Amino acid sequence: MNTQLMPPEEIQRRLESILPKVQKPGRYTGGEINQVVKDWQTDLTKVVFVFPDLYDIGMSNLGLAILYELLNQRSDTLAERAYMPWIDMEEAMREARVPLYSLETKHPLAAFDIIGFSIPYETLFTNLLNALDLAGIPLFSKERTVEHPLVIAGGHAAFNPEPMHSFIDAFVIGEGEEVIQEIVNVHKDWRSQGTSRLDLLRALSRLTGVYVPRLYDAHYENDGIFSHLEKLDEAASLPVLKRIVPALPPPPTHFIVPYIETIHNRIPIEVMRGCTRGCRFCHAGMITRPVRERSVDEIVEAIDQALKNTGFEEIGLLSLSSSDYTHILDLVKVVSERYAGKHLGISLPSLRIETFSVELMDALKESRHGGFTLAPEAATERMREIINKPVSTAQLLETARAIYSRGWTTIKLYFMIGHPSETLEDVQAIADLCKAVLAEGRKIMGRRARLNAGVSTFVPKPHTPFQWVSCDSVEQIHAKQDILRHALRDRDIKLTWTHPEDTLLEAWLSRGDRRMSDVIYQAWKRGAKFDAWQEHFSYSAWMEAFAHVGLNPEFYTHRPRRIDEIFPWDHISTGVRKKYLAQDYLNSLQGETRIDCREQCYACGILPTFAEMRSLHPGDSWKCPEVTPKSSRRAQRLQPHDLPIIGNE
Amino acid sequence: MDDIKLMRIRIFFCKNEAMRYTGHLDLHKTWERIFRRSGLSLAYSQGFHPQPRLNLACALPLGFTSQAEILDAWLEGSIPLTEIRNALTISIPPGITIDKIEEIDLRIPALQTQVCASEYVITFLTPIEGLDKKINDILAAKDIPRQWRDRSYDLKPLIEDLQPLPDSDEGLTRLMTRLAAREGATGRPEELIDALGFVPSQARVHRTRLFFNQ
Repeated sequence: MNTQLMPPEEIQRRLESILPKVQKPGRYTGGEINQVVKDWQTDLTKVVFVFPDLYDIGMSNLGLAILYELLNQRSDTLAERAYMPWIDMEEAMREARVPLYSLETKHPLAAFDIIGFSIPYETLFTNLLNALDLAGIPLFSKERTVEHPLVIAGGHAAFNPEPMHSFIDAFVIGEGEEVIQEIVNVHKDWRSQGTSRLDLLRALSRLTGVYVPRLYDAHYENDGIFSHLEKLDEAASLPVLKRIVPALPPPPTHFIVPYIETIHNRIPIEVMRGCTRGCRFCHAGMITRPVRERSVDEIVEAIDQALKNTGFEEIGLLSLSSSDYTHILDLVKVVSERYAGKHLGISLPSLRIETFSVELMDALKESRHGGFTLAPEAATERMREIINKPVSTAQLLETARAIYSRGWTTIKLYFMIGHPSETLEDVQAIADLCKAVLAEGRKIMGRRARLNAGVSTFVPKPHTPFQWVSCDSVEQIHAKQDILRHALRDRDIKLTWTHPEDTLLEAWLSRGDRRMSDVIYQAWKRGAKFDAWQEHFSYSAWMEAFAHVGLNPEFYTHRPRRIDEIFPWDHISTGVRKKYLAQDYLNSLQGETRIDCREQCYACGILPTFAEMRSLHPGDSWKCPEVTPKSSRRAQRLQPHDLPIIGNE
Repeated sequence: MDDIKLMRIRIFFCKNEAMRYTGHLDLHKTWERIFRRSGLSLAYSQGFHPQPRLNLACALPLGFTSQAEILDAWLEGSIPLTEIRNALTISIPPGITIDKIEEIDLRIPALQTQVCASEYVITFLTPIEGLDKKINDILAAKDIPRQWRDRSYDLKPLIEDLQPLPDSDEGLTRLMTRLAAREGATGRPEELIDALGFVPSQARVHRTRLFFNQ
């Protein structure tokens, strides 16, 4: 039997004897309320969305929930889901020759027209390869024929698509709501015409926000540094501009309700997209611009609908910086009154460090259990100016006092080590600050006060002002973590940190060029998978893979860079100009901050790039300044890199 | 809160294929969400972490289906049973079907303390040999020493009934058993299958009945 096209009935039959033997079989069955099962008719475009990690993680992914609901609203399309099996299930599936299948109808992945992978973070890359392998689909894009599904991928990690360029037919850069519809349309037209796979790729490449790596070739200098990308086809665009939606569409409300426990088992409602704060290490803050907000009415209507549809007992009001949502006070007031007495938990993550945040959380009283999270990211005011997250220590302590005195017993503080120019004194300051915060708690509630410190390690992400920075070495990271472990020995303080090897892997994968594809492939062949899971991450597999390919990992992470270096991701345009990022990086070295771009536009490049869109959507749903049709025309004539840097120069 | 009138209902339901792999705690959560979708006002316990007042009779091990599950739920107000039934019917997920709903006295003791035994039908997915003899051996044995997790116990006194059944419609071999389900003395069907010398993962277990103390 051709196992990659095994009939669903046969898959179901084999699962019956596999599932009793694996842990948490509820991950692999589907059948939940709000899943969409359509008749498997030949004329439908069949899409399967794959989150290449466990069901328990992937079910909480909002991006896929949005796309699943959108595509299933089309009468000419069906969308189903698949997740990665855990190690025990993978072994059982391989032994029983069961291919990776969709949860809704148990069709093998190879039977779909389009496989859409979500890659929000880079440590999913080997799992993506493993998913294709488990589905019996050739891993390399160039080896697939018209018989195989189109393999696409999107999500934040796709903003540097090059490390995965060998495996993905087309990347979606940016927001998927509109472009996924266009991709389905293109695929449908192409099927009706019956032309070559290359024709399909060419047609996809003409869509804004779609990048087809096979239509380009990469060149390098003699020293190994990336030189330029060459277009091989007239259908290819250069640069490739990310896709955005002019206004956030109505939020999804038919979330699938899992039968088993998952990480964020709740209704996620996105209140706004983007962030105006400009923290220099923050990938999301740079790539999701401009800020677009939803109205309070729209949010409340969505909550009402979603509660009726799902019965969830918790909602998460999501954004990159909830305190900055213009109508946050209104929203919190309306929500806390409307759902009082309904035993509904309301979480409001990503609050700023100010007592106003405590007042907001206090208004949502029913959800006070659990800790209160703040992310100062650095402990000295000097460091916080370098990373552009200026908040004074006095303000942090005042906020901590407000939190403990209103009854929260645990404060969680998030820090990062490895910021540019960080010294051991800056690291020691993290420990001192943690103790100072806990001391405030002890003054208020004695020994009941707790502090959790989560200390991750900085990775210089593409498209951020810190993309020129090199990483700390493993030794440096160890030394810094030792300081923290030593200084924070206290039974009321819980310290967590990231293993240095995990950080390096994240850095290689996020900063890689096209040559990294071979490394990823070789690491996968050596058993690398679930790299995001500490118990499964194999550093040696990666080191062997680098050695096999003949690349030096330090080239990607520890090399000083010239400010005019060309990066392998420069052809992907986020709308934020590289010149702006460079200027902002230079500002950081001077300790200069750029506070909040709602108060003053620093001309990052978003507005000229999307000027026409902005002029068609005036008013305050965008946080960028308004543009008149006249200035929009002028802005369009100028190429983004011709624009002078304005702002606080 | 104390002056809100409560009613207690008892729901007899089946746990079907789609929910085979939903464990006891997750089933509890599923019921809470069914009530929340239905718009019926579920009562919650008092205190800092209010919990929904739901009570399942007897945990069904992961992987088993059942036609004999029972849930007690406390609701705020006094609602006609047909209205409750209609509200729940449109809110249940594919893995549950409701047989009947009764209103019961608020003071009846908790369900879990009333259950004394469970009846199961076990269907073997692959052909097996000598079932009748093995059943007779088990019934004749003085004791059946077993290990469950780190504890030794005797399975024999937990077996209240055990007999072969006619083959299923698909021609698969079946048996019926009644196992004790009292606090601290619960017989597990997969233990019985193993004691009979068969592979538990090659059998389908379906609960057919719960027995209560008289």
